Amino acid sequence: MPEVLKAPLVVEFPFTRSLGPVQSAFLTGLRERVVLAVRTSDGRTLVPPVEYDPVTAEEIRDLVEVAPTGTVTTWAWNHAPRRDQPLGTPFAWVLVRLDGADTALLHALDAPGPDAVHTGMRVRVRWAEERTGAITDIACFERYEGSPDGGDPAEPTGHTGEFDDPVTGIVARARLEYTYSPGRAQTAYINALADRRNVGERCPSCRKVYVPPRGACPTCGVATSEQVEVGPRGTVTTFCIVNIKAAHTANLDIEVPYVYAHIALDGADLALHARIGGIPYDQVRMGLRVEPVWTEGARYPDHYRPTGEPDADYDTYKELV
Amino acid sequence: MSKEPVAVVGVGQTKHVAARRDVSIAGLVREAARRALDDAELGWADVDAVVIGKAPDFFEGVMMPELYLADALGAVGKPMLRVHTAGSVGGSTALVAANLVAARVHGTVLTLAFEKQSESNAMWGLSLPIPFQQPLLAGAGGFFAPHVRAYMRRSGAPDTVGSLVAYKDRRNALKNPYAHLHEHDITLEKVQASPMLWDPIRYSETCPSSDGACAMVLTDRVGAARAARPPAWMLGGAMRSEPTLFAGKDFVSPQAGKDCAADVYRQAGIADPRRDIDAVEMYAPFSWYEPMWLENLGFAAEGEGWKLTESGVTELDGDLPVNMSGGVLSTNPIGASGMIRFAEAALQVRGQAGEHQIDRARKVLGHAYGGGSQFFSMWLVGSEPPDA
Repeated sequence: MPEVLKAPLVVEFPFTRSLGPVQSAFLTGLRERVVLAVRTSDGRTLVPPVEYDPVTAEEIRDLVEVAPTGTVTTWAWNHAPRRDQPLGTPFAWVLVRLDGADTALLHALDAPGPDAVHTGMRVRVRWAEERTGAITDIACFERYEGSPDGGDPAEPTGHTGEFDDPVTGIVARARLEYTYSPGRAQTAYINALADRRNVGERCPSCRKVYVPPRGACPTCGVATSEQVEVGPRGTVTTFCIVNIKAAHTANLDIEVPYVYAHIALDGADLALHARIGGIPYDQVRMGLRVEPVWTEGARYPDHYRPTGEPDADYDTYKELV
Repeated sequence: MSKEPVAVVGVGQTKHVAARRDVSIAGLVREAARRALDDAELGWADVDAVVIGKAPDFFEGVMMPELYLADALGAVGKPMLRVHTAGSVGGSTALVAANLVAARVHGTVLTLAFEKQSESNAMWGLSLPIPFQQPLLAGAGGFFAPHVRAYMRRSGAPDTVGSLVAYKDRRNALKNPYAHLHEHDITLEKVQASPMLWDPIRYSETCPSSDGACAMVLTDRVGAARAARPPAWMLGGAMRSEPTLFAGKDFVSPQAGKDCAADVYRQAGIADPRRDIDAVEMYAPFSWYEPMWLENLGFAAEGEGWKLTESGVTELDGDLPVNMSGGVLSTNPIGASGMIRFAEAALQVRGQAGEHQIDRARKVLGHAYGGGSQFFSMWLVGSEPPDA
């Protein structure tokens, strides 16, 4: 069996987030080097703050400032930091209960090694140089044994959470990396396309021919393996005329209007989708007979064009619409 | 042992808009849930379980958002579960919640669905650039427009039918304070003059992108007896699915949709839906789906659905009003859209639909579909409880 195709697939997108009143105050506070908590009706102080009480479900808006110093409640050493993690060198993930809070905040602790970290150790916030109103405004935590002159510079100032120019939204990038494989059946299909042949697979049970093949019949639920060459000619079963450019970058080189058609290749039992060219867009019709147009080195036909044959009779393809 | 009858005693939704930048996702769902509880005159402690639905996680890029929404929905210490069936999810979510009551697992269930499309990217979330595949993506409109053309060919419907639906739905929306689009100056001529996006689908025949949430409180007979306002009773509910693509798939009238409707009618004792059902709130994201679904749901013979639209039967004052709320065509927070259909059906039979209330709403169908016309969920609700 030929080797199954594989390729990296990276998907990444910047999502916007509206913060709502509580997260807005929390992140704006970080920008101003103030850590804000919420106070629940039963007197607990929660950091990071939440909009709704985890016990009573009541809305909570009572913001209070807590200290930028605290105590590690538990930790785990990260030997090999990954992309976009808070520190580029090995560090500890820590839960820190800030002084004045009843809950702990997850963040990174800068430490020379795991031997330098222990539950109960005192730490303080190391603020980022440039702060924008994001959790990364806390660059990380660092060991803290109190100020040498005896005074504590970390005393909270009693901030109420009212700010000029509050941050109301953030952008959160999501990124996923996969190794994608189309599998055995599609690999065979793609390899055949390199020779400009359309090779599908026939279901051993219902005898329907699938192009592209998926390796199994979605109706009968059985594996398919019998290869069947179809086309290259086919019939336009239905279509639309696309008049707007898709926002998707992969489509930006296609000029509008263009015809997006369903084409039943001769011998196939369901239509595939392709663009129609070589004919004015407003003359494309159901039943039009078409053939593929290849460009050098392309993996797929660039588009399909009329063959010049008479149109197919509706009854010959209506089951495929 | 027979099933416990299920009643809708609370309905709440947000005012659907293009962007709710003033609230987090938690704040958005909270608003709808609070309104549903207020309608039911219940508090958080009266709810036994929470069932939530939304479109795929990648739309907003928050993986499993239900985890962090537990506090906003008063679900701490209670069962909370998430339902996921693409665009039909709002309907399936309501049905999962209803089944928990029908099975007597819980007495009172809060069910909710949402979408914040302003913070999401449905196009990107659904259309990842897959290696080795030809990039041919033309958006949801490009996916559905060829099927609309196939319907037009098959039925011989005049080109104008789609615009009639859009004109009707957008006018209905003017009577619904929660609808997203309120086009006060809408005319049929404006709909017909709007640009062709994916010929044969025009701009004005296409749903908007909305931020919104919808919630319902479902309860048993005991809960219904205590209800502050008339309940809506579930008379039948079903879900069906089929593959996106297979040899013999009928995109114009999918088999799964027919089977789903038949199951609902069997449960509810509906012999002739056109005669026995008073109104339909259906998931029609493009105007032409009204006549297509009228046929798929058995309200008209194959190829005849457009005649109901053209003759005014589906108007708000017609014999079979369709999409009294203004429909998906006027409001589309995708994950919530199915539940809004179900909720509208309930509002109508409860007599709580306000300015878009129809007369004689005794039995109303709520309908949702999703994916590549592959997931269907429907319920029929009535003003009277089901026969024992």
